[in-house]
Amino acid sequence: MDFDAIRMIWVRDLIRHFRDRTRLLGSISRPILWLLIMGTGLRAAFNVHGIPYTHFIFPGIIVMNLIFAAMQSTISIIWDREFGFLREILVAPIPRTSIVLGKTLSGSTVAFIEGLFVLAFAPFIKIKIPLTHLFLLLTFMFFVAFVCTSLGIVIAARMTSFEGFGVISNFVIMPMFFLSGAIFPIDNLPYWINIAVRLNPLTYGVDFLRRILLGIKTFPLHIDFLYLTTFALVMLSIGVFEFNRRS
Amino acid sequence: MNEQIVKVKNLSRDFDHFRAVDNISFEVRTSEIFGFLGPNGAGKTTTINILCTLLMPTSGEAIVNGFNVITSPNEVRRSIGIIFQDPSLDERLTAYENLNFHGIIYHIPVKTRKERTKEVLDMVGLYSKKDSIVRTFSGGMRRRLEIARGLMHRPKILFLDEPTIGLDPQTRQYIWDYILNLSKKEGITMFLTTHYMDEAEICQRVAIIDYGKIIAIGSPYQLKNELGLTTLNDVFLRLTNHGIREEEASDKEQLGQFVRSRRLR
Repeated sequence: MDFDAIRMIWVRDLIRHFRDRTRLLGSISRPILWLLIMGTGLRAAFNVHGIPYTHFIFPGIIVMNLIFAAMQSTISIIWDREFGFLREILVAPIPRTSIVLGKTLSGSTVAFIEGLFVLAFAPFIKIKIPLTHLFLLLTFMFFVAFVCTSLGIVIAARMTSFEGFGVISNFVIMPMFFLSGAIFPIDNLPYWINIAVRLNPLTYGVDFLRRILLGIKTFPLHIDFLYLTTFALVMLSIGVFEFNRRS
Repeated sequence: MNEQIVKVKNLSRDFDHFRAVDNISFEVRTSEIFGFLGPNGAGKTTTINILCTLLMPTSGEAIVNGFNVITSPNEVRRSIGIIFQDPSLDERLTAYENLNFHGIIYHIPVKTRKERTKEVLDMVGLYSKKDSIVRTFSGGMRRRLEIARGLMHRPKILFLDEPTIGLDPQTRQYIWDYILNLSKKEGITMFLTTHYMDEAEICQRVAIIDYGKIIAIGSPYQLKNELGLTTLNDVFLRLTNHGIREEEASDKEQLGQFVRSRRLR
């Protein structure tokens, strides 16, 4: 394990992130769009578990920003690997495990920060977060960001040509978001959808955040935690394997 | 000290439907400037990528600074510096940050790192620009910064893949002067590829590669004499004379052209 290299990859990605204004703009406009338009528009039609719809989707919107940011930072790896700075890192004497870990940590941090932007909306839609829960909430947001980034790393490592972020958005992020219980309850779904929902790591992330924020849940705590941990570990192993393979 | 710093034996590399490098063998002597010449798509970059541990060979063997590229990639990585054909600087970072990060990943201690950063920036005449974002640099300045970076960890061998491509004659001259100077002063082995045959005349030895095979190897003087020609350019054209190459662009190359055209804007 090469901690200098991990730290350097992390610092570099954060510097880059904060020098890019347009991305920051996207991460603020996305939650506004969903909370304000979807949340308010569907408020009259839905009443889930006796809570307002804006409250119901709030944990899901946090998770959406987490996965969007996580995917954006990992997909940039493809470009970076063929034509950019990542080549400089790949020819340096750094164990591939450290490269993958550094990339995952920087992606998670960026995603976590973009998740915080959504959290800042909580007072405006009148969600009260008890201070005692805040630490747990933040820790878990980082954890979910880490899970999403590890998935992004595997996708980026396996993609050989640059298909663009649109493809990832349409075929990965959106289906995962819709099938996570973020925007409708998952208690009474047809069999085939239920399988997809239960395999989806985001489901457990949304479930956990909803438990802390609103006090409603679908799965026991340890199931959420176990599934997400296993998923991240499997993804990281595949990521390291892929990076070790010199095509 | 090894007499031969790079030893390549029966090296081949296949891609999906063609053989990019076809059973090549050659050696590079310690401290020499070695030119690796060939038309587009001849296998130059593929060979460099194998020697730099970015690509696995399909068969054969390559030893760099006494280490096998297949079994000891990290030792090879520690021995080499690379200037890529496509710039691999981080455009959003400053010149100083680019060099400092390079120093960190090669484990150069803080104090030495600061000294060397200043030293190499001075050498390429960019010290006054150290806090500017690389994005604002011209092509020539980027190249110089990249050369500075490649030298920071004192590699035994420096790979230069088309170091002067797309640069104006003044900058080209400037960069070649450096390379010659460095070779003389520090005795670093240089392994370079170029399209410009007049530039290749400065090499102690050159290999000409075509369709993945080495078709000639020797000093420029020797090659010219053997064929009774006066310039390396004539030698090159004589040996590789089968018209203009119809090179099929792969996905990656198309993307590369796209990147380059975007950089112009």
